[in-house]
Amino acid sequence: MALTKEQIAKRIAQELQDGFYVNLGIGIPTLVANYIPEGVDVVLQSENGLLGMGPFPYEGEEDADMINAGKQTVTTLPGSAIFDSAMSFGMIRAGKVDLTVLGAMEVADNGDIANWKIPKKLVKGMGGAMDLVAAAKNIIVAMQHTNPKGESKLLPQCTLPLTGVGCIKKVVTDLGVFDITPDGFKCLEYAPGVTIDEIKAKTLGRLTIADNVKEIVV
Amino acid sequence: MNKVVAGADEAVKDIPSGSTIMFGGFGLCGIPENCISAIVKKGINNLTCISNNAGVDDFGIGLMLQGKQVKKMISSYVGENAIFEQQLLSGELEVDLVPQGTLATRCMAAGYGMPAVWLLAGIGTEVAEGKEVRNFKGKNYLLEEAFDSDFAIVKAWKGDTQGNLIFKGTARNFSPLMAMAGKITIAEVEHLVPAGELDPNAIHVPGIYVKRIFQGVNYEKRIENRTTRKK
Repeated sequence: MALTKEQIAKRIAQELQDGFYVNLGIGIPTLVANYIPEGVDVVLQSENGLLGMGPFPYEGEEDADMINAGKQTVTTLPGSAIFDSAMSFGMIRAGKVDLTVLGAMEVADNGDIANWKIPKKLVKGMGGAMDLVAAAKNIIVAMQHTNPKGESKLLPQCTLPLTGVGCIKKVVTDLGVFDITPDGFKCLEYAPGVTIDEIKAKTLGRLTIADNVKEIVV
Repeated sequence: MNKVVAGADEAVKDIPSGSTIMFGGFGLCGIPENCISAIVKKGINNLTCISNNAGVDDFGIGLMLQGKQVKKMISSYVGENAIFEQQLLSGELEVDLVPQGTLATRCMAAGYGMPAVWLLAGIGTEVAEGKEVRNFKGKNYLLEEAFDSDFAIVKAWKGDTQGNLIFKGTARNFSPLMAMAGKITIAEVEHLVPAGELDPNAIHVPGIYVKRIFQGVNYEKRIENRTTRKK
């Protein structure tokens, strides 16, 4: 069985280390916050200017002046800090944010990513994605392995306009966990019940299989 | 020195059609509601707006789009707005999409008197087209110019008669940067207090950057994406 979105998030949460400052994108990445391992203390950064993002407010306690980058109402936590947008991207650019998790439409086997624009469809904008992928020191992509047509999203080259070049280090999909290496995608783990043959069939980019490849535990 | 004006109509009265205006806010959070209404009422057009987003159909900059007052939007993300899409597709509206951190930093550069900055975002993408590239310590960067804006309009939580501003929560976002970047900066505030009441240590934007300030009224503070949990 391929992983659910929640299981993809849960697997990525295993990458979190105590003391990490983490920026989570919209979609599956947001779910990672629900699975932070016991005893691991991480601080969530929201690029609209918040460190120490807390949970959604209780009903009736929403504050229009407290939102995250997805424009959702959120709360602060003890130790939170608020700052302007230039400082927010400044700390990202300066490499202070340890991990960024974001979604993608396509990832290439050299670490290129496309996630903001589909030609001939209306373009809404890149938001902070280009800044994050260009500058973050460690980026994990969370996405489905194939698009709704069943076509591979792990490619030799991105076909869509790029968001960033050579910047992705790791991809977690519903089928497996992949590092990006000089030899392309390296399958480290596969989802329970998913075969290596299925992963090979659904990966268009260069693919190698780790010697010690193992089943994902979530 | 008198920076205090009676209200939004007076604050925006000399903004001509064709101006470039910065609007503070992220989504609908921290937008200058009073001044946007006054600009809609005034009916000026052909405006270039620098703002992270373009509001929603019936609120924020969306109200100015309804009146076809905007010629060009410079933003990082312009979703959630059907009128915007129509005007873009019909060619009435131009849009210049800028990475969010680049947008913020180009505002910052203006407020700090720097003509341009070297930034990494967009290297190798279509955002880099036509821009000067320079290598520093093995990495390529894009030359991004400071914004040149006739007016900046922001909303703060508290302000004093000297023009000093304090923002609240994530309503701060782009607003201090824009307040510092405009040739003429207009601040509407939820609480206008006499000079001396704000702690000088707590000021986010010193009054030197602010030309006009007024006590705002009737804030709606609409929430775009209300998310809650149960007790």
